[in-house]
Amino acid sequence: MRLAEQATPPASPRSNPFQEERNGLARRRRVTNQLAVVLTGAFTVLASLFLLYLIVYVAGKGLQFINLDFFTQRPKPPGETGGGWATALQGTAVLIGLAALIGVPLGMAVGIYLSEIGRGRFASLVRFLVDTLTGIPTVIFGLFAWVLIVVPSHSFSALSAGVALGIIMVPTVARATEEMLRLVPKELREASAALGATESRTVLRVVIPAARSGIVTGIMLALARVAGETAPLLLTAFGTSFFNTSLLRPIDAIPLRIFVFTLSPYAIEQQQAFAGALVLIAFVLLTSLAIRWATGGFRVRRR
Amino acid sequence: MQQQVSLVERPLTEAAVAIRDLNAWYDQAQSLFDIHLDIVPLSVTAAIGPSGSGKSTFVRCLNRMHEEVIGARVTGSVEVEGVNIYSTGINPMNVRRHIGMVFQQPNPLPTRSIYENVAIGARINGLAKGQELDELVRRCLGQAALWDEVKDRLRAPPTQLSGGQQQRLCIARALALDPRIVLMDEPCSALDPIATLQIEDLIKQLAQRYTIVIVTHNLQQAARIADRTAFFLSGRLIEENATAELFSRPKKRQTEDFITGRFG
Amino acid sequence: MQPRLAARISSTQARSRAWGHQLRVRARRPGDFAFRVLIYAFVVVVLAVVAGIAWVLLSNSWPTIQAFGLRFLTNSAFDPIHNTYGVGPALFGTFITSAIAFVLALPLGIGTAAFLTEFCPSAFRAPLAFLVDSLAVIPSIVIGLWGFLVFAPWLQQRGEPWLQQHLGFLPFFQGTPHGVGILAAGLILTAMILPIITAIAREVMATVPVSQREALLALGATRWEVIRYAVLPYSRVGIMGGAILGLGRALGETIAVTLVIGNQAASPSLSLFQTGYTLASVIINQFGEATPGLFLSAVLETGLLLLLITLITNVLARLLIARLGRVGGGLIV
Repeated sequence: MRLAEQATPPASPRSNPFQEERNGLARRRRVTNQLAVVLTGAFTVLASLFLLYLIVYVAGKGLQFINLDFFTQRPKPPGETGGGWATALQGTAVLIGLAALIGVPLGMAVGIYLSEIGRGRFASLVRFLVDTLTGIPTVIFGLFAWVLIVVPSHSFSALSAGVALGIIMVPTVARATEEMLRLVPKELREASAALGATESRTVLRVVIPAARSGIVTGIMLALARVAGETAPLLLTAFGTSFFNTSLLRPIDAIPLRIFVFTLSPYAIEQQQAFAGALVLIAFVLLTSLAIRWATGGFRVRRR
Repeated sequence: MQQQVSLVERPLTEAAVAIRDLNAWYDQAQSLFDIHLDIVPLSVTAAIGPSGSGKSTFVRCLNRMHEEVIGARVTGSVEVEGVNIYSTGINPMNVRRHIGMVFQQPNPLPTRSIYENVAIGARINGLAKGQELDELVRRCLGQAALWDEVKDRLRAPPTQLSGGQQQRLCIARALALDPRIVLMDEPCSALDPIATLQIEDLIKQLAQRYTIVIVTHNLQQAARIADRTAFFLSGRLIEENATAELFSRPKKRQTEDFITGRFG
Repeated sequence: MQPRLAARISSTQARSRAWGHQLRVRARRPGDFAFRVLIYAFVVVVLAVVAGIAWVLLSNSWPTIQAFGLRFLTNSAFDPIHNTYGVGPALFGTFITSAIAFVLALPLGIGTAAFLTEFCPSAFRAPLAFLVDSLAVIPSIVIGLWGFLVFAPWLQQRGEPWLQQHLGFLPFFQGTPHGVGILAAGLILTAMILPIITAIAREVMATVPVSQREALLALGATRWEVIRYAVLPYSRVGIMGGAILGLGRALGETIAVTLVIGNQAASPSLSLFQTGYTLASVIINQFGEATPGLFLSAVLETGLLLLLITLITNVLARLLIARLGRVGGGLIV
């Protein structure tokens, strides 16, 4: 109940303390706030639209070349009709396979070590060094493989490219493996040990299968990333317009062919480069999307 | 400067806050039902009740903080000196400018100095600059009984301070805006007993100049410092009275049960 | 905690520790032994590779390190005819383009992160965030392709002349527009490092405690003021870490930059329109011509420099991000 009944005067702007203030400062604050919303929103739209624009542009230029020939034919000299990117597709497939052969065992071993076996300073050192690998520009790995394999053998080769790509994969696979293994509850390991299983059997038959889908996801992610790498390939695979028949010979790859065609003086080849780029974008985006979908969608953010 | 009415001119006859038909929701769950209450000016009013009773929600409705949570909703009216702060056209920002709040966990800004922490509200709202600001900071730290302890280290970060000191810093920060009402949401629950008593003394002093509404889960605290107490249960205001009356002669059964410790 | 519960927890912990101990001790069985050896062998291989990279680069650059010492950093070109080599312009190009990207991407990234965390209506948040994050997945060759065939020509015909017309009083925007060049590379790099900075900034800003925001709100602050006075100061260490991580990425980016930077020396000037090259693009352009001897060594020393620069940047970034846990900590003593 009111303590005293008062005839309340009509609230004039001055006696209503919660009324929006009319002075310059209040107006400036309001404007600044609105400006902030608009500006940051514009930034966001800019950043997100760029991706869409890129995809649409590349698709627009490249889609016309996506036909059966593209996937089955060898590149033909400019001027001749037909021709395709089959060599590049074969090359990328071979290189992904090689990279996996090297990167998956090494990466998983490091991941298993860090999660199951490693303790103390040595493990920290390993983790530090493996993390360092992620920050190294991929061209350095190409340089490494170039000096180690290409220069002594006087030949560019699929093998050297596979080695470079495999090493590039290691940190991603290692981190994915370690994180997924850590997520496996300790009880599972204990139960397995209680049943008399050896450590190796526990890890190989129990823990890894439990983390399998996450590890596979990590590997796929690493492979998708490695499939788009160009710099290491320039120094190792070199590229060719023939199908590769030996791992010791040069090999074509999608990013390589894109690079070469981009710099080509022939417009028709420049156009084809967009087709290759489209295939590459499709590959990485679909993989990335599939992974997001498989791991339960987008991260939930607090308000 | 501000067109704020100075303290001595404020009418003492009006209720500081008149709450009518206040309902509040978190999404679909209703947390306050038809609250009807008058807050007496220049006094300490305590809101007590078991956890989940809605007392915190109630207090956060008084400075329109409740609606900052996504999905939160409020209906009803809260009149502060005759003006309904929920009327359309009133910016919550302006409401909070005039109604101070102190939180359960002391939350000074860690990247700013002690001085800056007190000054920031005044700075943002353009209340004072330069020497006037120094004066304001000094006054508020004095009112919060913190001046002597920090006067030699105003530029130091607040992380140096103890929990009780940090809470007093937060009180000084709130006072810097010369609020009409100071809301406190369990301000002592994160503090040790000695710091708690210091803050309680401070609150009793502050009540000479400000109207204080404090949420507390500590019945003894309410008995110690509150002039009036409001008992909340399951989102409803069960009873409200002068503290001494409420505790010795509760009118409702639930109040009596709560006070005598039969639940909560 | 009740004493019985505490006792039960500690006994379970003791048993787990015993199991853990047994799990390690069990590695004496032959199958385990082989398993462990295999794992350790692979780990050692990886370590050997890491060491090997450093060693290969170092040992193969030794000739030019000996021949030129610090002058390698200032010599102006790869000159096989006179047998002098240097990466002066390359260093310049690397730093300038990365600096441009850093200066542009930081506000863009923080702004985008602020929008996504604070202002964006929740319906749009996930799709917009997805689009911004996905930019990081696009291979650099694709961006380089677009940069070379679309962006650089546009810059030459429209973008740079416009800049020259309106801002030509600044030395940065004088000179002949080439399209390809420092500006093109800087802008391309901005787009490439933006997703990293945004993602980390978002991550960091989302962990600012609600109590900090509420502190500002209770003082009658606008949304922007809450960001400016509560969220950003609290996050600044983490955001800086993310920015430096982005910087590292820009320093090491090879293929997109090689395609749009022009790869030609220009006489030193402040013009952003000039062509240039970076450490990474030098490697790409010169390795094919490199004859064994000083030339080869020069290419490798360039790689060594690139490795050092990116390593230092990355370690710095990770140190900053690791300090995250300490920002604002220790509030309640």
